[in-house]
Amino acid sequence: MPKEQPSDVVGAVSDALGSQRNAANLLEIIDLTTVFRLPNGRIYANKSVSLAVERGKTLGIVGESGSGKSVLCRSILRLIPSPPGHIAGGEVWFEGQDLLKISSDQMQKIRGTEIAMIFQDPMTSLNPVWRIGDQITEGLRLHNQRSRRQAREIGITLLRQVGIPSPEQRIDEYPHRLSGGMRQRVMIAMAIATQPKLLLADEPTTALDVTIQDQILSLMLELQEQVGMSIILVSHDMGIVAETSDRVAVMYAGRVMEQAPTEAIFHRPMHPYTVGLLLSIPRMEGRAERLIPIEGQPPDLLKLPKGCPFAERCPVATDDCAETPISLRQVEPDHYTACLYPERVMA
Amino acid sequence: MTDTVLEIQNLRKVFKMSQPFFDVIRRRPARNLTAVDGVSLKINRHETMGLVGESGCGKTTLGRCILRLYEPSEGRIFFEGEDITDKSQAEMQTIRRQMQIVFQDPYSSLNPRLTVRQTINEVLRFHAICAPTEEEAYLKKLLDTVGLNYEDANKLPRSFSGGQRQRISLARALAVRPTFLVADEPVSALDVSIQAQILNLLADLRKELSLTMLFVAHELSVVKHISTHVAVMYLGEIVETGTTEDVFENPQHPYTEGLLAALPRPEPIRRRRKPALEGDIPSPLNMPSGCRFHTRCPIAQEVCRLQAPPRRQLTGTHQVLCHLRPTRNWNGPTVGLPNS
Repeated sequence: MPKEQPSDVVGAVSDALGSQRNAANLLEIIDLTTVFRLPNGRIYANKSVSLAVERGKTLGIVGESGSGKSVLCRSILRLIPSPPGHIAGGEVWFEGQDLLKISSDQMQKIRGTEIAMIFQDPMTSLNPVWRIGDQITEGLRLHNQRSRRQAREIGITLLRQVGIPSPEQRIDEYPHRLSGGMRQRVMIAMAIATQPKLLLADEPTTALDVTIQDQILSLMLELQEQVGMSIILVSHDMGIVAETSDRVAVMYAGRVMEQAPTEAIFHRPMHPYTVGLLLSIPRMEGRAERLIPIEGQPPDLLKLPKGCPFAERCPVATDDCAETPISLRQVEPDHYTACLYPERVMA
Repeated sequence: MTDTVLEIQNLRKVFKMSQPFFDVIRRRPARNLTAVDGVSLKINRHETMGLVGESGCGKTTLGRCILRLYEPSEGRIFFEGEDITDKSQAEMQTIRRQMQIVFQDPYSSLNPRLTVRQTINEVLRFHAICAPTEEEAYLKKLLDTVGLNYEDANKLPRSFSGGQRQRISLARALAVRPTFLVADEPVSALDVSIQAQILNLLADLRKELSLTMLFVAHELSVVKHISTHVAVMYLGEIVETGTTEDVFENPQHPYTEGLLAALPRPEPIRRRRKPALEGDIPSPLNMPSGCRFHTRCPIAQEVCRLQAPPRRQLTGTHQVLCHLRPTRNWNGPTVGLPNS
């Protein structure tokens, strides 16, 4: 695999781990690049993304629309529609093997068993003509060779575990009978049915109301403690990430801009984009007359500069920001930023 | 004397549901969905009333009823002291020069085949806002007001991002120089960095153009930021209303408390708690008896299931629709029982 910028990015992850392929990490992504070929050009939906997820911990990925968060989840599972997309390079280490190197049969075995995913829209991600029970237990019967009756028993237990009232009846119903929150519970039941080691949650509560979101987030964290799984939680909401994640990666235009433990991201952000995000959200505490927005428009992935993609919106950018290629650098122990001038952020 | 711009009295909006074929031949009665049920609201000049609630609570229906985009089933609407409930649609067109609406989705609320100039000019000509010779100058000034480039006036909506499209929608609404604006979830479809730009723009415009606003949203933090007054809606009813301070600093209704507690805060503290509110929002087709919130209310008692709650007047501005708050045997003034 060609490594264009091996030193810093891989180094960053290696440092974060102590050594590469650290046993504490369930998943390590190194230099992952996913490209989409569109009629009017190539876009890098993920460019040199390096991340690590510790066992039993939650990695939050925040970013705005088009930042590459969902593509990242799909790249991990090798679910990038091709054409137009393909994974152009990188490594995805999971339990001692590089998921990008194994056969598609082996990958198929990992999907849904070792790594499960829940999607944003619970309205469209369940099959409307299948009973709920059949959808939950499909994985069990497929991967674990359970009989119908055994699977049904497990299905009822799972529905109870995710807080669905009267699961004995619900298991025979069709998805249209359930509310959005209940459908997302069913999705979670499906995801945890095979006791995965890693759960990819792509905006799991974005389509839900705030009180229902609150229930689903509590449920996910509760299950995580019971099962001990790792979670990658993708969200555009800084509040959700703050409350659920142990570690946060901030993405912009397909790149990781900053990565650190949650507390450091929120209290000592070292990238102007992270600072911008934090300043632009209205707060419940106190009362600000004006918000401080990030000026400019979202980036056009077809027209990114050679250097930092945030340069044109950045309040502290200099002339060389748009020219110098960026990569993650360590600025304090376990805290990485892609900003060339993190000291300006502090000021 | 306070200067009331908009007053709604006991507004109800009932939608007739389409009936399944088998129900028709069995002569079952048609089902009705009461989206807004007995809402009374008053907005004074220069105030911004934030209307919050979860999906299906009737907040959008209420916003549209005010402009008579939906015909209210019952109740009265007064705009600038005038009863507009029974005005003909022709008369409403004149009134809509003073009241405008901005919609949630900046992608579907603009005609994809009209350029910015055409979109705005359509409004200017329809309402005869200015002489044709002044249109260009007016357009330029308008685009400048909402922070768009005059050079982009000949572009179609598809060349703009979501935030810019919302600026176009705003320009279209402001073209008639309204005094009252209904903003129906204007920032919900936008990314946070862009959302802040639009919120600041709205705050500036409100000041410059002396707008009175009804700001409909489901995000509490956004409502708190922009509003002077807040009304919290649940299943078609306003359960709590007051100044922003009343509602957010001293919430009385258990639903308001639940909404506030459920909101994720951008503070890095891992949550270790039960959900603020259990259960699902009941279907408006199958409304709970008594207090509509009793199925999810953490403090509900027997009385809540049996009787509709009183609307209690806590202070001049602060009202709450609850049997138990501030206390069970509270004997302060009430504002009349809803639906009775």
